[in-house]
Amino acid sequence: MKSKKLEIDQVASFLRDGMTIMYGGFMGNGTPPRLIQAILDSGVKDLTVIGDDAAFSDATKGPEGIGLLIRNKRVKKLITGHIGLNKEAQRQMLAGEMEIELCPIGTIAERIRAGGSGLGGVLTPTGVGTSVGDVEQPLTFNGQQLNRKPVLNINGRDYLLELPLKADLAVLEAMRSDKYGNLVYYISMRNHNPLMALAAETVIVETHQIVEVGCIDPDHVMTPGVLVDYIVYPA
Amino acid sequence: MSEQMSAKEFIARRIALELNDGDVVNLGIGLPTLVANYLPPGVTLLLQSETGFLGIGPVPEKITPIGQPRVVNAGGAPCSIIPGGSTFDTSISFALMRGGHLDACVLGGLQVDENADLANWMVPGKNVPGMGGAMDLAVGAKKVIVAMEHTNKGEKKILKKCNLPLTAKGRVSTLVTEMALFRFHGGKLVLEEYAPGVSVEDIRANTEATFVVSENLKEMEISRTGL
Repeated sequence: MKSKKLEIDQVASFLRDGMTIMYGGFMGNGTPPRLIQAILDSGVKDLTVIGDDAAFSDATKGPEGIGLLIRNKRVKKLITGHIGLNKEAQRQMLAGEMEIELCPIGTIAERIRAGGSGLGGVLTPTGVGTSVGDVEQPLTFNGQQLNRKPVLNINGRDYLLELPLKADLAVLEAMRSDKYGNLVYYISMRNHNPLMALAAETVIVETHQIVEVGCIDPDHVMTPGVLVDYIVYPA
Repeated sequence: MSEQMSAKEFIARRIALELNDGDVVNLGIGLPTLVANYLPPGVTLLLQSETGFLGIGPVPEKITPIGQPRVVNAGGAPCSIIPGGSTFDTSISFALMRGGHLDACVLGGLQVDENADLANWMVPGKNVPGMGGAMDLAVGAKKVIVAMEHTNKGEKKILKKCNLPLTAKGRVSTLVTEMALFRFHGGKLVLEEYAPGVSVEDIRANTEATFVVSENLKEMEISRTGL
């Protein structure tokens, strides 16, 4: 079988300006640090990145995660649920230097899952009656807004239609991988990683441990290796 | 020498009495997190973390350095997972909230109005941290308890209609401040309890929303744990 092993200096060959990248992680935990560094080192820019949050700008509080690319002005657009602990992301948003689409975290997760599952979207009660129902480019006539996300009433309850998310590349962090890419995560580091494995054209995993095929009990596999294209082994 | 209990502690101690043994609960960051410190004897909660597990345990004695695999809560702060806990991805984590599998959530608030609407995630042009998990929690938990100080330096926060961007419409069940406890019954805001030394007139003077005074109005009891 063809090896999925990828050297860290080969990551650049998968990158190009303007591409869309999903990154695993929740407050930087589960975001692959060496892969984010490799993206920075490659020099790519104008990225659209999709992930839970913008992690920490204060490195004494927690991992910087995707913040490394934000701080170095590589991100054109960020689709995320929370930037409250990344002051630089907030500054760039308020200054209009980076476009931000804020989306409830549960909705992001389901949009990614939909993107990776062949679904045309999801219907969620989250955000009904709030600004989440607005579209990115509102069109008004005499002060009345003409375009909003569709709301469907199903069995008496309103739901927002949220569209799927897909990406060119997903960068994930696993606790353990076998050489086929069957993955095991560690508690709160799992988060969006398994969902993103479904939703990107190319999936690269950085793992803390690498084991031979057959060493992980099939019932313990959290992401099936068939979804993983490349594995960056432990340093 | 006497010491004044902080408003935050008073609120957290009142909310601690709202939760039942065995409840599956999500406590928001900040004031809501304090509630766990004041649970009465015999009440054990199963706490959910948005990061993807059930069974939040105490901060570990030895904290794993940043950058190494570690367990964190929704604020990214180190914590632990209790025996019998379970882990899952974000889709399941938020399905637990949105799907009505949490007995209660406790959220902070910027404004609450008489339609049970909540605003707690942004102040336009000033602070735009993002809604994180707040909208999913507010829309899905069986009971939505809001913990907030009654006013902001004299500015009213319990309004006829929220003027800050909403987190969720019509979803607040219970509102606890350092002056009062309100519940929503049949779409009406009802004052059920007042803090010691606070009159209904005081509450009215600090509240813009129209409310009904309960027939069973009483003084707030708080958890005495640790006092």
